[in-house]
Amino acid sequence: MAVTEAPKIVTARMGHHDSHTLERYLATGGYDGLRKALTMTPEAVAAEVDAASLLGRGGAGFPAGRKWSMLRKNPVSYLVVNGDESEPATFKDHLLVERDPHQLIEGVLIAAYALQVSQAFIYLRGEFALGLERVQAALNDAYDHGAVGEDIFGSGFSIDLVVHPGAGAYICGEETALIESLEGKRGFPRIKPPFFPAAIGLYGEPTVVNNVETMSNLPWIMLHGGAAFAALGEGKSTGTRLFALAGHVRHPGVFEIEMVKTTFADLIFAPVLGGGIPGDRQLKAFIPGGVSAPWFGPDQVDLPLGQDEVAGAGSMLGSGSVVVMDEDTCAVRAAWRITRFFARESCGQCTPCREGSGWLERIMGRIESGHGREEDLDLLLDACDNIAPGLTWPPQQTTICVLGPSIPSSIGSAIKMFRDEFLVHIKEGGCPFG
Amino acid sequence: MTGEPTSTPAPTPAVRGRDGDGHLAPELLDQARQLMALYPDRRSALIPLCHLAQGQDGWLCPEAIVEIADLVGLTPAEVRGTASFYDMLHTEPVGTYVVSICTNIACLLRGAYELLEHAEASLGIGVGGTTTDGTITLEEAECLADCDRAPCVQVNHRYVGAQTPESFDRLVAELRSGARDGEVPHHGTLIRVRRSGGLRVGRDRIAAERAAMAEAKARRAAEAGKGDH
Ligand SMILES: Cc1cc2nc3c(=O)[nH]c(=O)nc-3n(C[C@H](O)[C@H](O)[C@H](O)COP(=O)(O)O)c2cc1C
Ligand code: SF4
Ligand code: FES
Repeated sequence: MAVTEAPKIVTARMGHHDSHTLERYLATGGYDGLRKALTMTPEAVAAEVDAASLLGRGGAGFPAGRKWSMLRKNPVSYLVVNGDESEPATFKDHLLVERDPHQLIEGVLIAAYALQVSQAFIYLRGEFALGLERVQAALNDAYDHGAVGEDIFGSGFSIDLVVHPGAGAYICGEETALIESLEGKRGFPRIKPPFFPAAIGLYGEPTVVNNVETMSNLPWIMLHGGAAFAALGEGKSTGTRLFALAGHVRHPGVFEIEMVKTTFADLIFAPVLGGGIPGDRQLKAFIPGGVSAPWFGPDQVDLPLGQDEVAGAGSMLGSGSVVVMDEDTCAVRAAWRITRFFARESCGQCTPCREGSGWLERIMGRIESGHGREEDLDLLLDACDNIAPGLTWPPQQTTICVLGPSIPSSIGSAIKMFRDEFLVHIKEGGCPFG
Repeated sequence: MTGEPTSTPAPTPAVRGRDGDGHLAPELLDQARQLMALYPDRRSALIPLCHLAQGQDGWLCPEAIVEIADLVGLTPAEVRGTASFYDMLHTEPVGTYVVSICTNIACLLRGAYELLEHAEASLGIGVGGTTTDGTITLEEAECLADCDRAPCVQVNHRYVGAQTPESFDRLVAELRSGARDGEVPHHGTLIRVRRSGGLRVGRDRIAAERAAMAEAKARRAAEAGKGDH
């Protein structure tokens, strides 16, 4: 395995300083994918996306084509783009919205045409102040260019796009919470089934929710065909994907990588990618897919970056973010901070999540600060078991959304991997790493 | 994330069809109306309207909440209750600049807590506090999606790149002297996000959407036995 020569699909334009402008976009094939789509039937466009087997890039990895085919037939339906990007250590959509907003808009238009929706909304987290400015400015230009609005490019197809800001709440990334938020309410996830958005979504109408990166792949897929996309990668994981690499690496950043053909080791150590760990320290552990994912140790570093491959090893690619921890990292402190995040961001609707996350944070906090007790480790695991009974992977769900069960999955893995370190904290009343 | 006041004020009877209470400047009121017209249900504009009001006042003052409630057709308590769910909406006054330091996992690994401690000491305030001159409010943030430039700092939600203690002090001095005014607007995170026109798709289609919307709302209300959930 190695760094492959796969084409850059969503980052092709990023070398240009003006990659966010309409001029640059048009000079580099922009809106040609949409023009082509508009000459086809909506069904043929959807079939092309199905052939690409494009997996959703928001976290759950559900195939976009399949999701689209589940949209309930109805006179009114909506498309909502998920740009909430709040999963800790995930920052790939940040790049896409700031640096190539037209690519996102073109992707949304292609999807809107395939789905024949009435209106589409691009929900971006409010903290993306510049991203919101860029996407809104690009949308204004796209309207002037005739790519959005009535009778786009003379095709007879009409669609309005609205850019919608969030206001800071991790849970609004969960698709039903996002819909609630877009309706002007608190971001409380909805109970499902039966209320999957494809059946009952925004304003009670059928709704497709897709991630920013998922949408950004569509212009290329239209131009080059679903088969060309499916030819990249392997098995279920086709095409390229953005990986956000952070933590203890020489070159943190976002890298577009061919799925499966590249490994975690390539991503972390290849000189053109992560460039290895500073100070040539050893790898202690890494988180393969956002903080909701169980951790991996050095033994798993040769795993390919593929959805099934990572799932088979007991974790997930999730939101495409990889956090590297070197040998001097305190696992207890890292796990405590993740627990604290979940405790702060739990929306509070479900008892196991609301109470459990608070318990875990308090126990984890006292171990971290050197006030842990002998029985705390068992108490931690017991609390984990109360949130997701059996501590299986994937976790059992006792709550409305998967935020709750994500807590035991991720920090439970840290407790199991670094049990000794937790014990040292408890016995010696502090951190051996200082 | 909660922060809902334990004693909710008695709902003010909403006065429909009135142009708010005149708290929002006329051009902002125009913008508010344009925003509401973008959605099948005007309530959807609640968060955008809160951002608009914060652009004017720096925070969501009670007068703004009353006017927003009036515009979107809710009670002030409902607006406040929704706004308080969101970290970026301030129901208490904040400084001219909200400085957010992320301490989540990627930033923690790169010295975020050391930076936060330095910030508290050098500004002389704790997390959540505002300097006595009213310029700076310090926030400890969850991941801000800029983890390759860790520890990540935002000022009024503009990324300013990874900071060391020294560069942080320079940043604060520049904010105070106005040297960053062009880059970071005072208050109003999203005041530069401006849509150039309304919806363009045929009125009949929009009318069909709105009718379906109203129908769905009535259906849900009938099912739930009340107006909302
Ligand atoms: C707690 C939670 C947070 C989530 N946050 C995000 C997010 O920030 N961005 C995102 O695209 N999907 C997020 N998701 C996944 C969405 O619910 C949804 O699956 C996704 O937006 C669908 O898009 P896709 O099929 O294109 O991946 C989150 C899910 C959960 C349970
Ligand atoms: S699992 Fe947690 S975040 Fe999800 S709905 Fe329940 S309380 Fe809210
Ligand atoms: S962890 Fe700090 S910006 Fe992402």
